[in-house]
Formats: sequence, structure tokens, C-alpha cells
Amino acid sequence: MARTHDMGGRPTDEPLNTAEHALADWEVTADAMVIALGRKGLSGTDQLRRAIEDMPSDEYAALSYYERWARATETLLTEKDVLSHEEIDRKMAELEETWGVS
Amino acid sequence: MTATFKSGDPVRVKAEERPGHIRTPAYVRGKLGWVERVHGEFRDPEKLAYGRDGLPRQPLYLVGFRQTDLWPERYAESPRDCLYVDIYEHWLEPVGAEGTQQ
Repeated sequence: MARTHDMGGRPTDEPLNTAEHALADWEVTADAMVIALGRKGLSGTDQLRRAIEDMPSDEYAALSYYERWARATETLLTEKDVLSHEEIDRKMAELEETWGVS
Repeated sequence: MTATFKSGDPVRVKAEERPGHIRTPAYVRGKLGWVERVHGEFRDPEKLAYGRDGLPRQPLYLVGFRQTDLWPERYAESPRDCLYVDIYEHWLEPVGAEGTQQ
């Protein structure tokens, strides 16, 4: 049985969206972050893919491409004990206050 | 580890279910194809995905499949159409004299 991400050959009635779209600033940052962490051996294509594929199916389906990267990066950094979920949540709350983003 | 297969050899993709990160899509598992090209040897991404060193390096092949073999009742285009997938050696098995490929 193929896992959620392994979609090749799975029938669908949804049309493929092949339109180009502009990247948001945070998406470019997420990409840069993964490359920087890769240089330090803390991330990389194979590890990142594994962390993305291990997400629960409903979460995988609900997230956009770079949201999956961000979510998987949190997984990799917490399992390596570089950051904790609490530290990440605290920083998120701090940024929300500073910039009014959520 | 040296490559077991050479260009032109018929091969079958192992019809196995394996847990975790795998680099062989479900729709080619169990299918007959042929070695189109030997790419060389690379660290095993299925081990790199878990932070291991990925050694010994695994031979990687470009494997060709007939579209009509991959989608027996669904492929309505030319029977000459092919699809090529990069597949590591540990996912391939030799096809004996009973193989009808090519």
C-alpha cells in the first residue's frame, strides 16, 4: 500500500494546477534555512523527505509545500535536540507580538 | 559494491513493502523493466534519511518500463511509450529466462 505522499498513478478528478506562482518571503527563508542546516549536517533532502512523509496523512494533505518543509524542519531540529517545541512556540509568540503575524 | 546489472539487462522491481523512507515509487513495484543506464554508485538515501552515513554506496540505475506494463488497463496511448525511473540496486532482482521483456 503506497503511503500518502506516493501519489503516482492514483486516480483523481482534480485538475492539475500548473500555474506559476510567486513565493512568499517566508517560503524563500524556509528554503534558505534548510540549505544552511544541511551544511551543518542537521537537515538535507533525504532527512527532510523522511520527516515530511512521516506526517499524519491529514496533516500532510492540509499543508502547502513549504509549510511541510517548515513542519519537517521542526521535527528534525527537535529530534536532534537542537531546539525544543517549547522554545519554538515561545519564539513564535514573541514574533507575533513584534510583527503582529500569526 | 559494484553494479550487478548492465545496460540492457531485464530486471524486476521487488514487490516489497518496506517501512520508512523508500525511494522506489509504489507504481513500479513488482513490474518488469530493463536497465537503460548505470548511473554510478551513491550513498543510500534510505539510510541517509535517518541520519546514518548511507554506506556502502549503492549502484543506481535508470530503469525503463513500458507504459502499457505499468498501467495495463488504463494506458490508451502508444504501446511504444516508455517511462524511466531511477532505482537503487537493492530494489531490483534479475529476471530469468521466463522473462518476456524486450
